[in-house]
Amino acid sequence: MSTTTARDVARPAPAKASKARPRRGLRGNPTLNFWLFTGPFVIGLVIFIFIPIGWSIWLSFFEARYTVTPSKFIGFDNYHQILTNSNFVKSLGTFTVFAAFIVPTTWAVSLGLALLVHRMRFMKAFFRSVFFLPTACSYVAAALIWKMSIFNGVRFGLANTVIGWFGIDNIAWLANPDPPWYWLVIVTVRLWLQSGFYMILFLAALQNIPGELYEAAAIDGAKPGWQTFRYITLPQLRATSTAVILLLLIAAYQAFDEFYNLLGKATWGKPPLVELYNTALGTNQDYGAGSAGAVVLTLLICVVTLFQGKIMGFGRGEESK
Amino acid sequence: MSAMSSNWDRRSVLRAAAGLSAAGALAACGSNNGRGGGSGSGKSLTQYFHAYGEAGTEQAIKKYAAAYDKANVSTQWITGNTFETKLFAALLTKNAPDVFEFHPQIQLIKSGQVADLSDLIDPVKDDFNPADIKSHTVDGKIYGVRMIDDPQFFFYRKSMLEKAKVDVPTTLDELIEAAAKLTTSKVKGLFMGNDLTSIQSNLIWSAGADTLNEKNEIAYHTDAVAEGLTKLHGLFTSGHLLLDAPADYWDPSAIDQGLCAIQWCGMWAMPVMQKALGDDLGVFPFPKVGDSGKQSVYNGGWSMFVNAKGKNVEAAKEYVKWLWIEQKKYQEDWALSYGFHIPPRASIAAEATKLKSGLPAEGVKLFNDFGHFDNIGWTQAMIVAFNDVMANAVRKNQNPEAALDACDKKVDVELKKLFG
Repeated sequence: MSTTTARDVARPAPAKASKARPRRGLRGNPTLNFWLFTGPFVIGLVIFIFIPIGWSIWLSFFEARYTVTPSKFIGFDNYHQILTNSNFVKSLGTFTVFAAFIVPTTWAVSLGLALLVHRMRFMKAFFRSVFFLPTACSYVAAALIWKMSIFNGVRFGLANTVIGWFGIDNIAWLANPDPPWYWLVIVTVRLWLQSGFYMILFLAALQNIPGELYEAAAIDGAKPGWQTFRYITLPQLRATSTAVILLLLIAAYQAFDEFYNLLGKATWGKPPLVELYNTALGTNQDYGAGSAGAVVLTLLICVVTLFQGKIMGFGRGEESK
Repeated sequence: MSAMSSNWDRRSVLRAAAGLSAAGALAACGSNNGRGGGSGSGKSLTQYFHAYGEAGTEQAIKKYAAAYDKANVSTQWITGNTFETKLFAALLTKNAPDVFEFHPQIQLIKSGQVADLSDLIDPVKDDFNPADIKSHTVDGKIYGVRMIDDPQFFFYRKSMLEKAKVDVPTTLDELIEAAAKLTTSKVKGLFMGNDLTSIQSNLIWSAGADTLNEKNEIAYHTDAVAEGLTKLHGLFTSGHLLLDAPADYWDPSAIDQGLCAIQWCGMWAMPVMQKALGDDLGVFPFPKVGDSGKQSVYNGGWSMFVNAKGKNVEAAKEYVKWLWIEQKKYQEDWALSYGFHIPPRASIAAEATKLKSGLPAEGVKLFNDFGHFDNIGWTQAMIVAFNDVMANAVRKNQNPEAALDACDKKVDVELKKLFG
């Protein structure tokens, strides 16, 4: 416990008394100011987030086909329906495969890019921009470019042209599930779209590593390159890595656009959101079952996120490391 | 600080913004109603259309709407491949369209979504194709006005078949054989769409089966259909089928660009194909499947419906009556000026000189000889259930019987909900 008395603490000089008029109206009412600034966001949050969540939970207990104002209460039937629906269960498997690949791959690629542009001695800004720019592209647009220009199945598609140089026949990248080339298309489009964003996060973290650490390591005989990266850079990026992995995992759960636009009427490669979209907003228009699925998925995301946070120490202070 | 900023303090800016907002609100009450011209009576109607591929169609629909003087009709032209889902979602909201195009579907009637249009159609009922009337009728009431009939069949390059010494196929086996003979290093023998769902109903009909029978029971689950699925899987894995084309079956690009020798498409694309390929073009129906089958043509098309839960049902019915019953010049224009469609009205079809000779006349003959129309009881959910059969049994090597059994379960659920 500190024994320092209040008198020992240096106090800031009192502000010079203002000669202006006493504060009135907006300036003099902090409560009003608070609501003026936060009110619009709170209203938006309530209208677009909380009410839909509440409505969705309410719908999940009703028979709600072709209506969002149902009257027939059916208890947990929608939950039973969605949990025994093999397509929904399969979609969780699809997500697991996707997340298992895309999370570590994006982490590695974005870290690699960050290291590359961090150490670059010339045209640094140019390359940073080039790698970051795909982030600005919409997932739908990118998926259509991948589908129609790069990975179409005809001879003048970019991918087929390239493999044609090696004497390989055209491949139907998306139509044929066996072999599952569609994963290559889906994974590459997502890597292209999101690596640049996470590169920026890593870049910021890299710039925050004190140079003295590397100097001290060099004096102690650490070899530059892998050894320095393994024992200094990587541990220093731990907090950023944890956040990046968490964000990537959530983004993987939210995967929709590229799957929906690339695979169309396929029965494979459907992540949970596509399955739920088809259930609720597709031709079945079953808002009850769709809402039940959304609630289940939300709970699942919460559990996985908390579990992942516990394992990786997300939210712990520096002192606990 | 500049003089400008001293003149424009925060309060001035706020006042100016408020003034602009008020002016904007007043302007919104004026003439900005989305109409292309003319004068409306004040009633506003919204109509939903999917995006047709033929050039000029959107402008045509807007032109017809602008010519209507009893209401202000705005058009939502919905691009992309999600017209159905956007329409269904919109129908649940206060901003639902007053009129919309779709296919006859009994669940729209059962859920009270579409209005009875019998009183509009009855006076001219005899002038419509009877099959179109039947496909829109439930319990003696007619729920939609057919705008166009769109027969779908195979288009083929005559020169390619001649060069490969291939006759026009009349059986599925012959079609598979033809695809093999026509395939070269640059051209695939056949294109039936990227996911093959476009031919799923024809597979059923050509196998001598039907989607549902007269009692609204499952009629597609037959040995011949299962056999057809097995053969299609063989075709799918043969390497003779064009897959993953940049544009799907409804677009004539694949055959026009020489990517395939035979393409499944609709008569709407015939003018574009003829422009690209001249006389080197023929048509034939989906070949028969198995011994008891018969060649088939899918007579698709689009119909206009009135949202029964809309705010202006009577005004919407008036508009539909005006455009799709009374305005024959627009109906003819819609059917024949952009792509080729068969007018559902006999009196208009009789005067459609563009369909009287050459390839269009052959298309009309196939429509008459082998055509199958929409079954109003075969709903979108059932169609999607059979989409899965095509995905699993044809593209993914699942046992056809197992795929059909899975489809049966889904269709049965729908049938019970609709018919008890």
